[in-house]
Amino acid sequence: MSLQINSNAREAGPQASWSPDMPIISLRDVHKSFGAVEVLKGVSFDVRKGEVVCIIGPSGSGKSTLIRCINGLNNIQKGSIKVEGQEVNDPKLDLLALRRKVGIVFQQYNLFPHKTALQNVMMAPVLVLKEPRREVEERARALIAKVRLEGKEDAYPGQLSGGQQQRVAIARSLAMRPDIMLFDEVTAALDPETVKEVLLTIRELAAEGMTCILVTHEMGFAREVADHVYFTDRGVIVEHGPPDQFFTKAKDPRTRQFLSQVL
Amino acid sequence: MFQLIAPFFQDLYERTGLNFIVFYDHYEYERFLSGISVSLQLIFWSIVLSLVIGVLGAWAQGARSPVLRVLMDAYIQAFRNTPPMIQLLFFYFALGTFTPQVDMGGYYQPLISSFMWAVISLSIFGGAFNIEIFRSGMEAVPESTKEAAESLCMTKWQTYLHVILPLAFRISLPALTNNLVSLAKTTSLAYVISVPEMTYTLNQVWSDNVNVPEMMLLLFLFYVLVVSLLAAGLHFIERRLSLPGYGQ
Repeated sequence: MSLQINSNAREAGPQASWSPDMPIISLRDVHKSFGAVEVLKGVSFDVRKGEVVCIIGPSGSGKSTLIRCINGLNNIQKGSIKVEGQEVNDPKLDLLALRRKVGIVFQQYNLFPHKTALQNVMMAPVLVLKEPRREVEERARALIAKVRLEGKEDAYPGQLSGGQQQRVAIARSLAMRPDIMLFDEVTAALDPETVKEVLLTIRELAAEGMTCILVTHEMGFAREVADHVYFTDRGVIVEHGPPDQFFTKAKDPRTRQFLSQVL
Repeated sequence: MFQLIAPFFQDLYERTGLNFIVFYDHYEYERFLSGISVSLQLIFWSIVLSLVIGVLGAWAQGARSPVLRVLMDAYIQAFRNTPPMIQLLFFYFALGTFTPQVDMGGYYQPLISSFMWAVISLSIFGGAFNIEIFRSGMEAVPESTKEAAESLCMTKWQTYLHVILPLAFRISLPALTNNLVSLAKTTSLAYVISVPEMTYTLNQVWSDNVNVPEMMLLLFLFYVLVVSLLAAGLHFIERRLSLPGYGQ
């Protein structure tokens, strides 16, 4: 990488200073408060393209807030979050352009209840990307097949199980062709059996090289698919490392205590 | 139709003294039909405009501009908290005085007729309630659903149009049915600014023919029929829009 010395770099757009061999997501000293409560107290980490990162930690440790900040659903008070070199905290940021790159799947699926599975998946590409309906429908059907829901295209969310709804939600995010997928405790509201279906879908995505950040309580899954595991507690990253090392040789006593309780 | 029923009602009058003159006297029959037509038009346009006001107002209430929000609050306070009859009188006699007169070839007529004033006034009255009804519906749409739309890059307007409104409408429908039924009945108050709708027309008929009980009965039945049809229509929409597995 050559040093960026062009004084017109700003006008050239943030894209110009980013190349795929740099971290696709880069957090530096991120601080986030809700009122007087500081939820994130200086979080820094990098995610490379194609990497699968799991964030684990006790409730209220700021995991969900952290990934919600990455696609601008929550704004931050201090620090820097860069997605493909673009500063998320920049007030001039084109939020739509950012969110096109970063898909998010929520714990409560949040499907549109008045649309069928197929319509849910098609909605954003048709409305936002202004792609031709026929093309979008083809892709949406393929995505629904990919998450193993053939035959459920015309079912309303209310007619689907939690696991099925969650997989529609994943297909809906993928329909926007994101570069990065954020998963916010996507299996936390599901029963153990349907958890498997959803994890299978995510595992396939990760295998295809999608950059994924997962907030999860599924330790076995984290251990299996993650390239890197972060443990957060009280708004800071306490410990991190590759899963083998993290789950077996955790150094920090707080991490060890947490792991001994959940494993 | 008239030819068919006229002999029966003529006979009824001659034998029993029950004078349903609008069914056997051609002049009164025409008057009756025009009363029905004006009433139905009044109900239709008041409902349509009040819905437009409701949707736009609910949108304005959630707007960022504090001026717009304060204006909306003031509007709702003013029109929800005053009697609709006073509003009709105010629009027609206070505001009507300032509207231009149009030369109709020798004589002058106000640009805005009493019918139009009634539509304006009633829809503003009904709209004030509709805004509140839609607002409650929109507030019932979970924040997380709106967030999902936001995370899919949908603009505020797209989210409003394609997500919030369709859901809020379904949530609001039972309350909306109540208000529209009430609005349909309130159209009879257009009587006070001499809009020749059903109440006004039948009042003229009974003044001319001194058959108050018969015409009162007819008026009563007219509203029962029209309003129950309206309510049935709205219930039908409610059932049609109900989503399988949602909100149960």
